[in-house]
Amino acid sequence: MQDIFEIIIESLRILTLNKMRTGLAILGIVIGIGSVITLISLGQGSQKSIEAQIQSLGSNLLTVSPARQSSGGVMGQFGGGTSLVLADAKAIEDKLSETLVNKVSPEYSSRSQVVAGRNNTNVLVIGVYPQYSEIKKISMEKGVFISERDVASMTKVAVLGPTTAEDLFEDKNPIGKTIKVGNQSLRIIGVTASKGGTGFNNPDDMIYVPLTTAQKQIFGKTNLTSISIEAKSEEVMVQAQDEIGYLLLSQHKLNSPTEADFIIMSQSDLSNTVSQVTGTLTALLGGIAAISLLVGGIGIMNIMLVTVTERTREIGLRKALGAKKKTIITQFLIESILLTFTGGIIGMIFGIAASLLISKIMNIASAISLSSIILAIGVSSLIGIIFGLYPARKAANLQPIEALRYE
Amino acid sequence: MIKASKLTKIYKLEEVETVALSEVSFEIKKGEFVAIMGPSGSGKSTLMHILGALDLPTSGDYILDGESILNLNEDQLADIRNRKIGFIFQSYNLLPRTTALQNVMLPMSYAGIVKEKRLETAKKYLEMVGLSNRLNHTTNQLSGGQQQRVAIARALVMNPAILLADEPTGNIASTQANEIMKIFEDLNKQGHTIIMITHEADIANNAKRIIHIRDGKIEKDEKN
Repeated sequence: MQDIFEIIIESLRILTLNKMRTGLAILGIVIGIGSVITLISLGQGSQKSIEAQIQSLGSNLLTVSPARQSSGGVMGQFGGGTSLVLADAKAIEDKLSETLVNKVSPEYSSRSQVVAGRNNTNVLVIGVYPQYSEIKKISMEKGVFISERDVASMTKVAVLGPTTAEDLFEDKNPIGKTIKVGNQSLRIIGVTASKGGTGFNNPDDMIYVPLTTAQKQIFGKTNLTSISIEAKSEEVMVQAQDEIGYLLLSQHKLNSPTEADFIIMSQSDLSNTVSQVTGTLTALLGGIAAISLLVGGIGIMNIMLVTVTERTREIGLRKALGAKKKTIITQFLIESILLTFTGGIIGMIFGIAASLLISKIMNIASAISLSSIILAIGVSSLIGIIFGLYPARKAANLQPIEALRYE
Repeated sequence: MIKASKLTKIYKLEEVETVALSEVSFEIKKGEFVAIMGPSGSGKSTLMHILGALDLPTSGDYILDGESILNLNEDQLADIRNRKIGFIFQSYNLLPRTTALQNVMLPMSYAGIVKEKRLETAKKYLEMVGLSNRLNHTTNQLSGGQQQRVAIARALVMNPAILLADEPTGNIASTQANEIMKIFEDLNKQGHTIIMITHEADIANNAKRIIHIRDGKIEKDEKN
């Protein structure tokens, strides 16, 4: 038996003899491993950043959203109904603020086209009470947030998220300027500090207005789209969730929780749901990438089968000179592992580069984990063994006389 | 050294039986130089494959260097081919795009001999066949005669019990063929046992004993 190191050198020499074919065979694995690493990194990255965003709001935040229906444990349509009203928020504040609840923030939000001079953008406009900024831990970069007085007197003012401010005013100071939301002109009184959010419902890409202004003057609605509630502590979360539930049922004159026309979610519920969704998404993307890896593996098998057929005489000769089955299998397996391993390494480099590039261009977080790298290298070697074994066995089982006669 | 008794080989192709060898018996002693002659289809290639442990007989026994090769599995046969038989083929069968030195080292690496020893032995035998200035030439840079000499060096490196040559001069110009036969004669003088298969009478004449074979049977076995 030749020692493994020598077989590797020999295999490398053979593989470099036909560079084009070797390159194309490797390409399949490069694309496969590259896309697996890219997609998993991006998936895990956005999962982490969304979870961090949710966690940054604190663990004692509850969110009430309207739901059309909730029956038999099946959650109703999220944010669908118009069942929540300001009176609900008031009732929660009145009845529970001594025992369980710190702050209550009623909200009305809707996406709207916003115009400032020649610039316009489509953003989430959210009508809020002042306590919104405390509950959601929003601080100001410039100016002030919506005040009690703004809400009471329905003033036409707005606070911009930093991303929105840049979209509408570029690098000019927006304070004192006006924007048009619907048919209302609003004066800008502040810009919030960046929270570094990404994706949907990014707190940096929002316009905050007084709740009354949003409901009556901009959108002409009386309902709320959500109520955010800060519980007194993390320990009373479950109790608060229950009490708010009972209170809202009685407010809405409903008899049993199965009829509830609202959903109360805690931050951990929310982050669990989001994790589930992004986890599924990551798995799905990874699965698609894995299919390309499989195709790459089949490509390797194909090339190895061609190689075995082409080298039938050589295999016969090697056997005639005393090569045992094991030796022939080892030789061909090492060739296919070298192909896939090289492909795996190159694919890993491309995958890391691609995920960094995409996360930079599209402003999506990416997380390159050591485990995905080890997995990629392990999987690519494994593919070499799986898809190389059949051709290698085929080579080893060739009869020396048949192989020597082969032309 | 070699004892073949009642070697029979029957090929079965789609229910039709073809008798390639029929009860062939002979003995070859150490140091002999034997030519096996016969027209194509006479069974001489089949005999060569059995003598080379590349194939097993349907019946009969074959004892090589005191060991019966019947009842051996594939790997054991590979071992016999490696240690006891030196093959020289009509079409040389060197590894393409590989140097003379690497080709000659190959049987020794299958035997698990360390690299330094392999290099030393390979060089020695390449020198013996007159190719010490062609060690690092690849197969395609060598002439037919030179390639066959590399093949002879490769057949010798394991110091096998027999050298088995199948039409060794079949693909070579006649002047170079004479050089090859000269090498064979020298090897025989040094004590190597050589079995050469050929259909050319003048090549067979270099041997000391000629076995004529026809229709799977020995027709004549005579001293030359």
